[in-house]
Amino acid sequence: MAIDKNARYLESHEYAKPSGEHMIFGISDHAQAELGDVVFVELPAVGKTLSKGAMFGTIESVKAASDLYAPVSGTVVEVNEAVKNDPSLVNKDCYGAGWLIKVAPINASEFSGLLDPAAYGKAIGEE
Amino acid sequence: MAPFAGYDMPITYPTGAVEEHLITRRGVGLFDIDHMGQFEITGQGADDFVARMVTAKVSDLVPPMARYSLLLDEKGGVIDDLFVYRLPDSWWIVVNASNRLRDLGWFKVHAPSNVEVADRSDDTYMIAVQGPRAIELIDRVADSPVSNIQRFCWGNLGIDGVPVLFGRTGYTGEDGGELFFPAEKALRLWEFFLRRGNELGIETKPIGLAARDSLRFEAGMPLHGHEISIEINPIEAGFKWACDFEKEFVGKEALLAIIEEGVNRKLVGIEVFGGVPREGYEVASSEGKVIGHCVAGMFCPTVKKYAANAFVASDFAKAGMDVSVIIRGQPRTAVVIKRPLYVPAYRR
Repeated sequence: MAIDKNARYLESHEYAKPSGEHMIFGISDHAQAELGDVVFVELPAVGKTLSKGAMFGTIESVKAASDLYAPVSGTVVEVNEAVKNDPSLVNKDCYGAGWLIKVAPINASEFSGLLDPAAYGKAIGEE
Repeated sequence: MAPFAGYDMPITYPTGAVEEHLITRRGVGLFDIDHMGQFEITGQGADDFVARMVTAKVSDLVPPMARYSLLLDEKGGVIDDLFVYRLPDSWWIVVNASNRLRDLGWFKVHAPSNVEVADRSDDTYMIAVQGPRAIELIDRVADSPVSNIQRFCWGNLGIDGVPVLFGRTGYTGEDGGELFFPAEKALRLWEFFLRRGNELGIETKPIGLAARDSLRFEAGMPLHGHEISIEINPIEAGFKWACDFEKEFVGKEALLAIIEEGVNRKLVGIEVFGGVPREGYEVASSEGKVIGHCVAGMFCPTVKKYAANAFVASDFAKAGMDVSVIIRGQPRTAVVIKRPLYVPAYRR
């Protein structure tokens, strides 16, 4: 499974990845593979403030529904409309076109507290 | 892999559930359905016995005809749904895996002394070949054509030297067939179809349980344990058409009483906006009162809709009725729709 070296992770498989002054949220390659075909994504409105660990949306696959948790605190500045219209983008390119939301982080130190790629790899059983 | 009625079945192959569904609607889907059970009913009293046990009219069936039917208990509950094939010297009954032993017991317990009921499931393998190019594929590889076998009829063929009973039936809404053959030839024919499909340029892929479910769901076909069950009668589930009231059959009296009294709930299709409906979710009226529950629900890849089948109070069982489905605690906008979402090939 691919692990994006520029991202950091929650044990629940969401990632945050710096993009300029913002952070992009998505789910890991391991998560999309476990979920199977993603068929529905519900995301928050632009302007909503999320605290670290808060539920920010839902992702549903053919098999199951899962809540999405914010890896860091921030205010939503952009939502990936393309992934709402074509949720299979999460399966095809979870670190690229299948990103979910972009936030303006509130507390920069939260990012460094997340699992780094090596620690996340260990958490999912990949060295 | 998932356990399914004692069999380990793939939910999806590496292709993925949505793509497997779409392949079956444009090319050929190959389904390993050996879990289905097959009984053979013979003897002097077999014709009368089969007619009394199943709901559909069978007295007009002559080889090579086959017909869909229900198996009811005395209260009108659906023990199973099945296919009845009229063979030259016997009746060939195809039943669901999870009900096989109960069905077998039910047939045997009712069989008079001049009827023999034999379980052929272990010796018989079953593969379904389904899709708009399925008949073309089989025509190219079999020793005699299947394109001249009519819908809901069967024929005997040889495929790669294996004797096959071919029924022009299926569970996807597409044209194609279901193949019965000796169990020891299973892998041989499975690999043969995949290889020959590829060689002939006819897209042919194995299809898992998830796509099998979404294909049958779109086409409006029931899955026992969901749209029909021992707790559900055929009238509320919309299967009166599968019952022949001109003859006697087990459960007929109960059904006549149910029709006389009227049903409190009915099976409907529901399209949901803003979430994936799933089995067990509640359905509410626009005022927020619970009026029923979903028995199946999913994303439907061909029609690109989120839809459920649900039993709702009869007053709400009208296409266009605004309702909501409670998805993980939240009511989501929904509307009662006409079934099926996808018109099966044999109805076009």
